Amino acid sequence: MAYIFQQILNALQLGSIYALIALGYTMVYGILTMINFAHGDLFMVGAFFCFLIAVYLKLSFVPTLLLSVLGVACLGVVIERLAYKPLRNAPRVSAIITALGVGLFLENFTLALSPYPKHIPALIADKTWLIGSVSISSLQIIIIALSLSLMLVLDFIVQRTKAGMAMRAISWDKTVVPLMGVPVNKIISLTFAIGTGLGGAAGMMYGLAYPVIDPYMGIMVGWKAFISAVVGGIGNIRGAMIGGFILGSVEIMVAAFLPSTYRDFVAFTLLLILLIFRPYGILGKPNPQKV
Amino acid sequence: MRGNLLLSVCNLNVTYGSINAVKGVSFDVDQGEIVTLIGANGAGKSSILRTISGIIPYQGSISYKGNDLKQIAADTIVDRGIAQVPEGRGIFGNLTVLENLKLATWQRKDKNKIARDYERVFALFPRLRERKRQLGGMLSGGEQQMLAVGRALMSDAELLLLDEPSMGLSPVLVRDIFLILVEINKAGKTILLVEQNANMSLHIASRGYVLETGKIVLTGSGKELMGNPRVKEAYLGG
Repeated sequence: MAYIFQQILNALQLGSIYALIALGYTMVYGILTMINFAHGDLFMVGAFFCFLIAVYLKLSFVPTLLLSVLGVACLGVVIERLAYKPLRNAPRVSAIITALGVGLFLENFTLALSPYPKHIPALIADKTWLIGSVSISSLQIIIIALSLSLMLVLDFIVQRTKAGMAMRAISWDKTVVPLMGVPVNKIISLTFAIGTGLGGAAGMMYGLAYPVIDPYMGIMVGWKAFISAVVGGIGNIRGAMIGGFILGSVEIMVAAFLPSTYRDFVAFTLLLILLIFRPYGILGKPNPQKV
Repeated sequence: MRGNLLLSVCNLNVTYGSINAVKGVSFDVDQGEIVTLIGANGAGKSSILRTISGIIPYQGSISYKGNDLKQIAADTIVDRGIAQVPEGRGIFGNLTVLENLKLATWQRKDKNKIARDYERVFALFPRLRERKRQLGGMLSGGEQQMLAVGRALMSDAELLLLDEPSMGLSPVLVRDIFLILVEINKAGKTILLVEQNANMSLHIASRGYVLETGKIVLTGSGKELMGNPRVKEAYLGG
């Protein structure tokens, strides 16, 4: 029993990181109907920003987090302006290729600057508590609590603020929004800033949990988060959160009860089956009606 | 007897690739008028409204209250005083009725007047008050049209551009909407109405222009046009 609780805790930790990254995919898709395939690499950049700030500026956890998130958010906005905005009315496939190109650029640019894996210093005092025979670390608590709070804040922004209302309106029909006096480009930039910023936060937390980072770390994690977003229903914010936790749980549970090499194979098989029965994802809706 | 010139469109041209949708159209709208542009599908009516709102590029000039609008971004044209009720209503189906209305107040800062404008919209369209917490997508066609007009009113514009408000509505609902347009006009709004339903729109309009394949072919007062044999044959069913 304690073993299961331990695994649930691990699943929450991994799931919350997937969920944070999945939110970036889903927000950008929701507003531009475009998959930002560079998002996994922005997650990686988040981990590297964390490394640079922690090692060279010797800042503590909170300022490192804030600066990393801010840095990745700015990078996301710049990428959108320079690389994606000119292609907004181009064929969808061009935008996808551009996004893949931006991702490869980020990977190789980072590789050029940092050819060897880096080690992120421990920014959080490592404490472990035992509850019964379940052990829980300070890092786990911070990752789970921080991710959940970021998700609550995001949900509040999207559902309750004026800017969030504009984001939802753009996701429904971009062409009508300027007629309401809403500056569409600013809202798109804000969406990119928030979405990539969350990916950056995830990168930092992932880097703290698994402290050896390299320029290719965003590829597999990025794919998994993308799949989480699709499983939850791409474009749906709560769906991305749910999808992230589902994928995290499946992976951890498979590894806990089966040989760990089965992990990705079983996880992806389950997700493929789920998509056969719910092709629009768990909370996704078939083609939103534009009236 | 003409009032103050509000909107002036001069030698407007719109092209989509090699298709010339609007060919040298000129017309104007005075303060307090209801002006209608009538024409069949594809005559260029919607394109003209889109140029005024700044969402598609054009050649020629459009000026509002004497200021040229060419360099003005679409999202600030609302702030200048021009709101559009787009073709097909453009309701955000994933936003509530209240949110749809609120979005149109984006550029406004006059909180007290915004609160009064909500009341005015709800007084004009009591159905919207009943349904204010429902999603826009759950409304019937007629309610969506009310919401689209209400939304344009919430932006506090002086000039309302309406793109085929009668589209897809039953004759009774069309009548209701047009009566409300007259009421809104009497309360001080200027209206530029684009319609295929020539009968209703010429009825309430002070002046009208007839558009055929991107050109204005006839103009006159609403009454004159209704009596014109060519209009009768082409638009009023003989």
